[in-house]
Amino acid sequence: MADIQIRAVRKSYGKTPTLHGIDLSFASGEFVVILGPSGCGKSTLLRMIAGLEDITAGDIAIDGRVVNKMEPRERGCAMVFQNYALYPHMTVAGNIGYALKVSGVPKAERERRIAETAKIVGLQDYLERRPAALSGGQRQRVAMARAIIREPKVFLFDEPLSNLDAKLRVTMRAEIRKLHQRLSATSVFVTHDQVEAMTLADRLVVMNRGHVEQVGRPLDIYHRPASTFVASFIGAPAMNLFKTRTEVETATVRLDGAAIPIDPLVAHALQGRDVIVGIRPEQCRLTREGHGIPARIDFVEELGVGRVIHCEIAGEAFAAAVAEDAEVAAGDTVWLSLPPEQLHYFDAESGRRIEFPLPGTDIPAARSSASITHPTGVLS
Amino acid sequence: MEKRAVFKSWWLPVLFALPQLVLILLFFYWPVAAVVNWAFTLEPPFGGAAEFVGFANFREALSDPFYWNSVVVSLIFATVGPFFCIFIGLTLALAVDRQLPGSGFFRFFYILPFAIAGPAAGMAFRFILSPERGLAASINALSPDLWNPAKYGSHALALVIIIFIWKWSGYTFIFLLAGLQSVPRALGEAAAMDGAGPIRRAIDVQVPLLAPTLFFLLVTMMTEGFVGADTFGIVHSVTGGGPNHGTEVMVYRIVDEAFQGLNYSGASAQSIILIGLIMLFTFIQFRFIEKRVHYK
Ligand SMILES: Nc1ncnc2c1ncn2[C@@H]1O[C@H](COP(=O)(O)OP(=O)(O)OP(=O)(O)O)[C@@H](O)[C@H]1O
Ligand SMILES: [Mg+2]
Repeated sequence: MADIQIRAVRKSYGKTPTLHGIDLSFASGEFVVILGPSGCGKSTLLRMIAGLEDITAGDIAIDGRVVNKMEPRERGCAMVFQNYALYPHMTVAGNIGYALKVSGVPKAERERRIAETAKIVGLQDYLERRPAALSGGQRQRVAMARAIIREPKVFLFDEPLSNLDAKLRVTMRAEIRKLHQRLSATSVFVTHDQVEAMTLADRLVVMNRGHVEQVGRPLDIYHRPASTFVASFIGAPAMNLFKTRTEVETATVRLDGAAIPIDPLVAHALQGRDVIVGIRPEQCRLTREGHGIPARIDFVEELGVGRVIHCEIAGEAFAAAVAEDAEVAAGDTVWLSLPPEQLHYFDAESGRRIEFPLPGTDIPAARSSASITHPTGVLS
Repeated sequence: MEKRAVFKSWWLPVLFALPQLVLILLFFYWPVAAVVNWAFTLEPPFGGAAEFVGFANFREALSDPFYWNSVVVSLIFATVGPFFCIFIGLTLALAVDRQLPGSGFFRFFYILPFAIAGPAAGMAFRFILSPERGLAASINALSPDLWNPAKYGSHALALVIIIFIWKWSGYTFIFLLAGLQSVPRALGEAAAMDGAGPIRRAIDVQVPLLAPTLFFLLVTMMTEGFVGADTFGIVHSVTGGGPNHGTEVMVYRIVDEAFQGLNYSGASAQSIILIGLIMLFTFIQFRFIEKRVHYK
């Protein structure tokens, strides 16, 4: 059990900056998932915690001790690698027990602990095999066992599930979660799979291009994405975003000629600013002809639990999730309504979320009461 | 589907293969045939056609104590030399593979000796390690003849082996470095996470995974030590087989016997024994060592 502090950490490979000042702090026993697109620097950050990569600037402290100059073995972290990195010339038992062998644990004790750990991950019958004679899932378990046996203060996972098939991934996900509950070591889990991230994380860190975009509980991030990047990265299909101008008088935003009513409070606060408005596909509603926004369906995606219709509005791809019994087909024109309370607003320049009420704006009481009676039902 | 070119006439393919065939016949099969022929015949002292003498040439070679001396010298040369070549090449490769500052320069630098011809290196070392000058002179100042390859066969043998090692370590280095670079970096990192320091990582992870490369080098380097051009070249230019046959490796003795002693038949018999010896060694290596090599 250990907490991890990351303070103003930067990383450059040669002259190329890769991480631009990361500030994070992970509580003891927490399961943190770092999520971000390929190449955003997740692995780099993880490897700096592990001690496999130099820290260009800033500090990383584990358990209150700055570890910048420490060798990996002194940091008390165990890591599960993406390709497992099992020693191909050693048996499963040899792989699991290597750390103990290095630290000079006597053979009898070592064998006892290997057997114990192998049991936790269900590998007791494979101890004499070489990694080459194991399936992907079994190798994954060996890699986990190798990390567990050391009883580390910190677990680091670098996309450990990305080489597994979809079904096994779900199983292993549950196992990792169970394991965490049992060992409750601080865990940092890197992935680019948002489902993995949402299901595993106590706290989620979303990264993009060497910056931290947002830190928070998975659902908070889902409901209140801090930027357009997070909004489009979390959730499948991605949030629909469109750039537009708010009109204070009518309390609307314009989308492809149609006026979409928004909360008058918001309209007032935004004062005719250019904004990016977002709405999740699952919040869009089908409505009667002649209401809302018309859209011609390009294609329909069947998901089993529902359908996703893909269309184009104002030159942008737009997706909406509808019920599985909705009668929609490619080529049809449907009418969509966008509930005002489900809209997200982002600054058109910076892409940062605009929170309401905006600091420093006072809302006239008359208008605010008007907003409550505003018939949002018009559209539905 | 792959399309195969088919020759319509019989002579065109033969024509294409001809230069290669001629070279092989001229420089490989013909000498081999000649050696076999000489090994079993003897030219009469007063001229005339060579006579078939059965195994007489072999018997004569094997009953010569100097011949056995050369076998021992060759065995020492071809085991000690390759052992250190591989050991040093491995150490350097492990060091360069860590990518510490300056490793690019050393990668180039370590390969350099291999580009120098054996006899040239031999001449240089003859001066560098000559007992009267420089380093060796100050060693000899402690006590006379602490190092004197001109006088002691064992010193001379050490000298030629050192030169061989100096030159061929660069060769093993190239192969071992290439081998190390194909060992996934993550394995070393995993071992580092497991608490192993650089030396422990090298011994436990990198070297076992280099086993195929090490085995290949063992076979080629021992063959090189027995019959390589450098083995002859170094001995020829540095010691001439002396002092007192102390550095007379088998190849040197064969050349000496054939072209100085003009005993083609004896030299041919020795060549055939040498070939047999190398075949035996290679067989042993493949039979007993290759099995322990992990090819994944
Ligand atoms: N050794 C290196 N030398 C130079 N650049 C590197 C090195 N390692 C990583 N980078 C660069 O740093 C950036 C971040 O790499 P990193 O491996 O952390 O990405 P990642 O977020 O883990 O991506 P992925 O999901 O694909 O694993 C990338 O742009 C990559 O090109
Ligand atoms: Mg990565």
